[in-house]
Amino acid sequence: MSQVNTKGAKVVGQGYSGVPGWVRALAVVAAVVVVLPLLAMVLRVDWAQFIPLVTSESSLTALGLSLRTSAASTVLCIVLGVPLALVLARDTFRLQGLLRSLVLLPLVLPPVVGGIALLYTFGRQGLLGQTLEVLGLRIAFSTTAVVLAQTFVALPFLVVSLEGALRTSGSRYEAVAATLGARPGTVFRRVTLPLVLPGLASGVVLSFARSLGEFGATLTFAGSLQGVTRTLPLEIYLQRETDPDAAVALSLVLVAVAVAVVALAYGRPVARSGAGKRATTPAPAGGNRQ
Amino acid sequence: MTLSFQAALAKRGFDVSLTVGPGETVAVMGPNGAGKSTLLSSIAGLLRPDSGVAKLNGKTLFDLDGGKHTWVPPHHRGTALLAQEPLLFPHLNAVDNVSFGPRSAGIPKRDAREGALRWLAEVEAEGLAGRRPAELSGGQAQRVAVARALAADPALLLLDEPLAALDIHSAPLLRRLFKRVLAGRQAIIVTHDVLDALILADRVVILENGRIAEEGPTREVLERPRSAFAAGLAGLNFVPGTLDGTGVLTVEGLRIAGHGDEQVPSGQAGVAVFPPSAVSVFLTDAHGSPRNSFSVTITELEPHGDQIRVRAGGLAADITPAASADLGLVPGITVHFVVKAAAVSVYGT
Repeated sequence: MSQVNTKGAKVVGQGYSGVPGWVRALAVVAAVVVVLPLLAMVLRVDWAQFIPLVTSESSLTALGLSLRTSAASTVLCIVLGVPLALVLARDTFRLQGLLRSLVLLPLVLPPVVGGIALLYTFGRQGLLGQTLEVLGLRIAFSTTAVVLAQTFVALPFLVVSLEGALRTSGSRYEAVAATLGARPGTVFRRVTLPLVLPGLASGVVLSFARSLGEFGATLTFAGSLQGVTRTLPLEIYLQRETDPDAAVALSLVLVAVAVAVVALAYGRPVARSGAGKRATTPAPAGGNRQ
Repeated sequence: MTLSFQAALAKRGFDVSLTVGPGETVAVMGPNGAGKSTLLSSIAGLLRPDSGVAKLNGKTLFDLDGGKHTWVPPHHRGTALLAQEPLLFPHLNAVDNVSFGPRSAGIPKRDAREGALRWLAEVEAEGLAGRRPAELSGGQAQRVAVARALAADPALLLLDEPLAALDIHSAPLLRRLFKRVLAGRQAIIVTHDVLDALILADRVVILENGRIAEEGPTREVLERPRSAFAAGLAGLNFVPGTLDGTGVLTVEGLRIAGHGDEQVPSGQAGVAVFPPSAVSVFLTDAHGSPRNSFSVTITELEPHGDQIRVRAGGLAADITPAASADLGLVPGITVHFVVKAAAVSVYGT
């Protein structure tokens, strides 16, 4: 299917690609920057000791804690993030732009700063901490603090990807549903949610991944108590001092989980179609071309 | 069983007052941006006007005039909206799409499904029940969308150019379908196609610049248009001005002689209307007292049936291709359009 277009440029493969050669070269460098360190780490793994290292008691405890807290913070992200995304995407109100920027702040904030902010909110001397203390609740340096720290950093991922999906799908289906007699709750359940399900799924996967990798905010706000707040990233950091082989092995476990999570979020083609109908229409049009 | 609607929206220069009688279908026509979609959206409750009152079958849709504002949300209005695009929910198959309205009204799943299958049969789409919208052609999807709108049992059906996005093979079938389902049903259909207005509607409303330019029975509006838009739909030349005996005096000071069958005093606003087929084209001025002659510059020549339509500014003449060739007509040359007074209808607006 090689053709020559009017300007004489060669059409290779399925269509014309206008990418200059030097751009391709830099793209290769970029890929190397990302992939090479991972490769270097994989090469450094002590495979003979791999299984004992990752199944040691402290490792399994940390992994279990990581999975439990990440699951809890992901649920929290869904419960709180879906309404926030819906309000940001569908309602119009004053200071909406400001709210959107503030909600996205944890994406660019150094996690340790997030940890300090949380400490001054929920810590013993914090804004809400003193009240909570009276009620007999101590959040800082507990497993709850881990979940809070993870939710703080992961929530924007869910909100961003869901708000994007909501904007892409538009409100026209919802308007039609309303004129057919569906009350807002029914529209949300039977139209809005199913339409943005792929966007929601990738948001959930991303926020789970972000929770799993959370380090700075957790260390600052929750500390590093084995079995209580020492999640897998904290365990890796600690092991690095005493047993580098264990740190590398556990790192590989996290890489494997991350790869699985990213594959889940971006691997499936449906995850990107978002709006549904509009994304599928080009297919028959292309088929008709001669 | 009527709709009474009056609303204004300053941002869009919209100010319309409209009633739809029981079982009446009204066609709304007008140029782009005339306010047709604003009208449907504010009836459906998707757009909130600045002021106005609307009632459907005695039930208030909105009342924004009094001190206490009433605004009924779309899902309590009973006004199903069918747009140019079918907008079938992509994650539901045809029968689930059609049963969406009944189920939202609380009808049990099984009953809603049975009703939906009946409506699919009504639109000759029972064979498509299990298909997803992505597996339907444009015409099939629009038929399912019609069934979905009707299944919701709306007190008023709002149709926003429902045939505009269909190919030439699907449109006639859908038009026949609409003819059947709209009979005796209260509906408003926004359309660009004069055929839809003639076949489907009892009455036509012409919107221009957010106002009603004219309204009346479709045939009457097309025969005696009082707005430039309606004259364009009917394919008639339309010259507005002030009445002057049996003629019309234009703002340029030109007098067009014609005949009128109603007694309207001179000085009032009126129009001279004549078909392009009554216009002859001459290269020189052939002046005669019972004739009108306009010196015009040709802007466009286009085939029109077996004739050539000669456009010059707002006026048009239909002549044979042979005559066009003999005269050597091309855009840009100045010619004389001549029309007999007997062919010009003059009436007040």
